Amino acid sequence: MANAPDTTQFSALSTQAIKSGSAKPNSQRKKSRGNGTRNLLLILLPSFIVLGIFYFYPMLTILVGAFTDPQVGLQNFQWFFGEQVNVDVLWRTLIISFWVTVICVLFAFPFSFFLTIVTPRTRGLLFLIVLVPFWTSMVVRTFAWVILLQDSGPIGEFMKLFGVQSLGLIRTPTAVLIGMAQVLLPFVVLPIYATMSKIDTRLLTAARSLGARPSKAFVSIYLPLSLPGVASGALLCFVMALGFYITPAMLGGSREAFLSTLIQGQVQGLAQWGHGAVIGFVLLFVTLVILGITGYVGKKTGGSVQDMVGGSKA
Amino acid sequence: MTKEAILDLQGLSKSYDDSIAVDNIDLSILPGEFLTFLGPSGSGKTTTLNLIAGFVEPTAGSMLLNGAPLEKMPAHERNLGVVFQHYALFPHMTVTDNVAYPLKQRKFTAAKRAEAVRDVLKMVRLEKYASRYPAQLSGGQQQRVALARAIVYRPPILLMDEPLGALDKKLREWLQMELRRIHRELGSTFIYVTHDQEEALTLSDRIAVFNEGRIEQIGTGKELYDEPNTLFVGKFIGESSVFEGSMTDGRFHAGGKEYWGSGTVRDGPAALLVRPEKLSISDEAGSTLPEDLTNWVIGEIEDIVFVGSGMKYTVNTAIGGAVAHVPAERAVDTHIGDHVRVAWHPQDAKLLPA
Repeated sequence: MANAPDTTQFSALSTQAIKSGSAKPNSQRKKSRGNGTRNLLLILLPSFIVLGIFYFYPMLTILVGAFTDPQVGLQNFQWFFGEQVNVDVLWRTLIISFWVTVICVLFAFPFSFFLTIVTPRTRGLLFLIVLVPFWTSMVVRTFAWVILLQDSGPIGEFMKLFGVQSLGLIRTPTAVLIGMAQVLLPFVVLPIYATMSKIDTRLLTAARSLGARPSKAFVSIYLPLSLPGVASGALLCFVMALGFYITPAMLGGSREAFLSTLIQGQVQGLAQWGHGAVIGFVLLFVTLVILGITGYVGKKTGGSVQDMVGGSKA
Repeated sequence: MTKEAILDLQGLSKSYDDSIAVDNIDLSILPGEFLTFLGPSGSGKTTTLNLIAGFVEPTAGSMLLNGAPLEKMPAHERNLGVVFQHYALFPHMTVTDNVAYPLKQRKFTAAKRAEAVRDVLKMVRLEKYASRYPAQLSGGQQQRVALARAIVYRPPILLMDEPLGALDKKLREWLQMELRRIHRELGSTFIYVTHDQEEALTLSDRIAVFNEGRIEQIGTGKELYDEPNTLFVGKFIGESSVFEGSMTDGRFHAGGKEYWGSGTVRDGPAALLVRPEKLSISDEAGSTLPEDLTNWVIGEIEDIVFVGSGMKYTVNTAIGGAVAHVPAERAVDTHIGDHVRVAWHPQDAKLLPA
């Protein structure tokens, strides 16, 4: 359990770094020379120290541990990739995270669009609906889902009225998907809404004047302009989903275990710190590869779109 | 009008819950003409344009494009060109893709598209910028791309809503000349919305002056300048001196003196409108003026400005403010605060209901 939230946090940070990695911050930094740079470093020093002690040092310990615990060598990696169950869990983590992302995007896209067309009052209310669960504890929310989804829960009792004896939802991949999607939805809604709210809807009017049916105008103009938001939302969602621990552990069965569950089992159950460390290493590696790919693709396509949209506002 | 109208607006109205934006407009637009809707903001000119474009639905009235009813047709089927003040270029597409967009909707083949885009970019003199994105272009260039995109499919009518409004003066004047050239080359009908009377005079064959949702007067710039039908038109087009008074028994009096002017006005409040270049300035006795200048008023000079071709005097009189443009050779030696006689020929004054 110890390093699962760590990974999540790191992922969120990296995503932000990628998102803001356009030309602007760099050029600003170049302009401020000498004193400015020194002052800037001075301001950043406290956060560097805190990050170094509480973040980079523990992470380094784990990365090193993957190669050194209990003795120096690659035996931890041999163990991880040697046991089929580990590779299965890795696959499952990736696949469930992928579907969670798909579900979140499918819900967040129309919801975000709706947010852009309603009155500010309704928008505030809808935002509240998205964000209130976001402010409650993850454990509490997951317990709520356990109660809702179990056979003796309200949904199950309701279905019994229609003769459905066992809902069979709890401890299935479906339950994990529902629980995770609900937790992660705000992280997809917010970036998509942020992008959509900046789209000039007068472009759709222009497209109609040029002979495009409203549906065609939406697909050819609005959709591509909203893609940068969809991409960052989906990336954030996917990377965060990879590190999930509580939700799959409580809503899923043993067959829905995530990598984090595996870490917990190795470290807390078997005191196999080296095994835990190597799983953490793999998780971090996968995350970084995905961020790298997205960053590269984003630079080639999405990033330039975002720059263009930003540029045309000026 | 001898020519058949390309677009006929009949009793066109648009009202919102609490206001009337367009009030029963009748207008015949001739093929190939450059027609400008001129008026202050909120006068209904943009709403009328949006009604023609199909962005707004009329509350009453009809529109006939080449004799076929237009008002029920959705905007994307009307085949009109629209240029917006805010350019409305698609930021994720290059100049070429922006201009090709309407052609794609019309299922042109790739080869035909490429040819048409090349031709139209040449016409707006942007062929070197074909692969740029809108954000990489200046405002003037963006507006020329928008123009190219709106004319590439040769719509019978091009609608323009203050297209030069966001540009600086120099660029605006240059683009006005470009628009005139493109209008000549295309030979299609242009409908142009602006609140800038100078721009309207520069560009248009005819100008429709809008006020409070109605067309006050329609005509060539010269007609509107020389023969305004209403005080609003007289004041809106060009500069003018307005002397306020009233009609009694068919005679116009202002400040206890009788004046003459062309036009007939019913008894009641009325005004006399005189253009700046028709006014002469002299000392109080009028010693430098010809004797037949029987229409005059005494006033105090508020300001004197050198305007190159002559002097511009602003004079406060008891019956209204006067603006006089006096050519350099007839300028008199006066100063701010002096009392002067402002005089004009009766045939240069226009009598209008106030």
